[in-house]
Amino acid sequence: MRNLNMKKEFKVIADLLSNNTRVLDVGCGDGSLMGLLKKEKNIEVRGLELSQDNVQQCIHKGLPVIQGNAETELHQFPDQSFDYVVLSQTLQAFYKPEKVLRDLLRIGKSVVISIPNFGYWKVRAKLLFFGEMPITKTLPNSWYNTPNLHMCTIKDLFNFCGEKNINIKKVVGVNEDKTSLINNNNLEIKNLFSKLGIFLIG
Amino acid sequence: MPRLAGLFFWMNVKIENIKKLDVSKSLKLDCGKTISNFPLAYETYGNLNQNKDNAILVFHALTGDQFVTGTNPITKKEGWWITAVGPGKAIDTNKYFVICANVIGGCMGSLGPQNINPKSKAPYGLDFPVITIRDMIRAQESLLEHLGIKKLLCATGGSMGGMQLLQFCTTFPDKTFSAVPIACSSSHSAQNIALNELARQAIMADPVWDNGKYVLKNVQPKNGLAVARMVGHISYLSEKGMQEKFGRKLQEKADYEFSFNADFQVESYLRHQGYAFTERFDANSILYITRAMDYFDLSKQFKGGLIEAFKNQKTKFLIISFSSDWLYTSKENKDIVIALNASGADVSYSEIITDKGHDSFLLEEPEFLKTLKSFIDSMYEKFKYEKRI
Repeated sequence: MRNLNMKKEFKVIADLLSNNTRVLDVGCGDGSLMGLLKKEKNIEVRGLELSQDNVQQCIHKGLPVIQGNAETELHQFPDQSFDYVVLSQTLQAFYKPEKVLRDLLRIGKSVVISIPNFGYWKVRAKLLFFGEMPITKTLPNSWYNTPNLHMCTIKDLFNFCGEKNINIKKVVGVNEDKTSLINNNNLEIKNLFSKLGIFLIG
Repeated sequence: MPRLAGLFFWMNVKIENIKKLDVSKSLKLDCGKTISNFPLAYETYGNLNQNKDNAILVFHALTGDQFVTGTNPITKKEGWWITAVGPGKAIDTNKYFVICANVIGGCMGSLGPQNINPKSKAPYGLDFPVITIRDMIRAQESLLEHLGIKKLLCATGGSMGGMQLLQFCTTFPDKTFSAVPIACSSSHSAQNIALNELARQAIMADPVWDNGKYVLKNVQPKNGLAVARMVGHISYLSEKGMQEKFGRKLQEKADYEFSFNADFQVESYLRHQGYAFTERFDANSILYITRAMDYFDLSKQFKGGLIEAFKNQKTKFLIISFSSDWLYTSKENKDIVIALNASGADVSYSEIITDKGHDSFLLEEPEFLKTLKSFIDSMYEKFKYEKRI
């Protein structure tokens, strides 16, 4: 699920986190983000990852990783045991994203979530003008093989946090190399021009 | 002289020539009795480097011994972990110094029920004290002292070896930089106790066993011991693995014999494994070692259970389980991970997908060996770095 915007995304995430903290990376993939956080911010990292191949790669890099499914196995992490929990471009792939989100907020003092933005103009245009499910760099799969079950927009997640009384500390919109802060005032326009939304909540 | 008796005589002669440490300091066992001046047989592979930061301690399983790799000088067979340990292997003996000791209670040179009881001047038999997993690892600590190793790079072991390792890490929290417990449990399950009891009952039901006094007559209750081994062998495989390997194939015959001979390949396999085992293992040792496994319950030793047991662990853990292992299930292994996690320890976990059951850790299982190698090599880099600062 992690894709071409990865590097910029990871830099934005790294900037959101304080040095010398404890971070759990849920769905840590091959450990690229963990490696970055450890090296550049002296962060104590832990990963949770489903794929055996990725787990193997993390271990090879000396990064602590637990093989498991975030949907069913987050219960093993104690309350408030991490300064941050990071979930990169995976929220939309869970059966019960709200439940997972609650678990992340329980485990971490703060939570960083990034989502591919379904409100991005190209995504909207594809559906509006061609009448087809959008395929973009951030959403590379077809309707029949996409792992994404619960697509949402930056605005959706923004509103969701409001409805559920989840404190939003910061939202960053990413479009290629450009990043911008998102707030109530520029939400509509940023929702149209950001490929990726990165939320710091909790 | 019966064939077996002769064989044991031969084995005893051979065992005189293997590496042994005479542990002079006395060891108070969990059962309350004390042993002192006892032999601890061990073997090492590779060389300890100048910084003494490349030592890896291996704990062996129920029927293992100190001969991890190469050729076992007693049985003339391959070492039990030749798949993982040796030059160029996952645990590379060109790079690392590998140590393994025979557990006390065993029968490959360390103090066990076949040794002479100084009081009676005859072999212990059932007068040997009941030992625990903790007793085993306490005995082995003397070996590290003897070899001048303050801190191991890594300690590892599968099955009962993993149980010894968990005990080792909680009893001596500063003795190893990293640890890889494989296919094990923090407390023996009812099913595992039941299977061990089946093995013990098979031995005890053999009239030759004679309350463990067979050692005085220099014989071995091989029928009972073979059945005990067959039980073990079934539990080390998976249903699917067994079906694929044997199915209903017949043993060198076209049709049923309508007898109780080994018609099926699986029967023939079990009989062979069972009886081959009696030529290298001692029946009383099986009783004592299985008992030690059954008594193992790490959470019982600490008020507050397993999380308390792992409190303040600085050791970096990698837990490995095998998907088709029904003896030490992935769930049991995961419970260790959860406890380590809850206590804030540095822990990784990998479940290897395989049909080969509990035995997987002894077999050529590429994903497993790759994971093991990756971890140990990365730990070596970290350990060297940490020692430098």
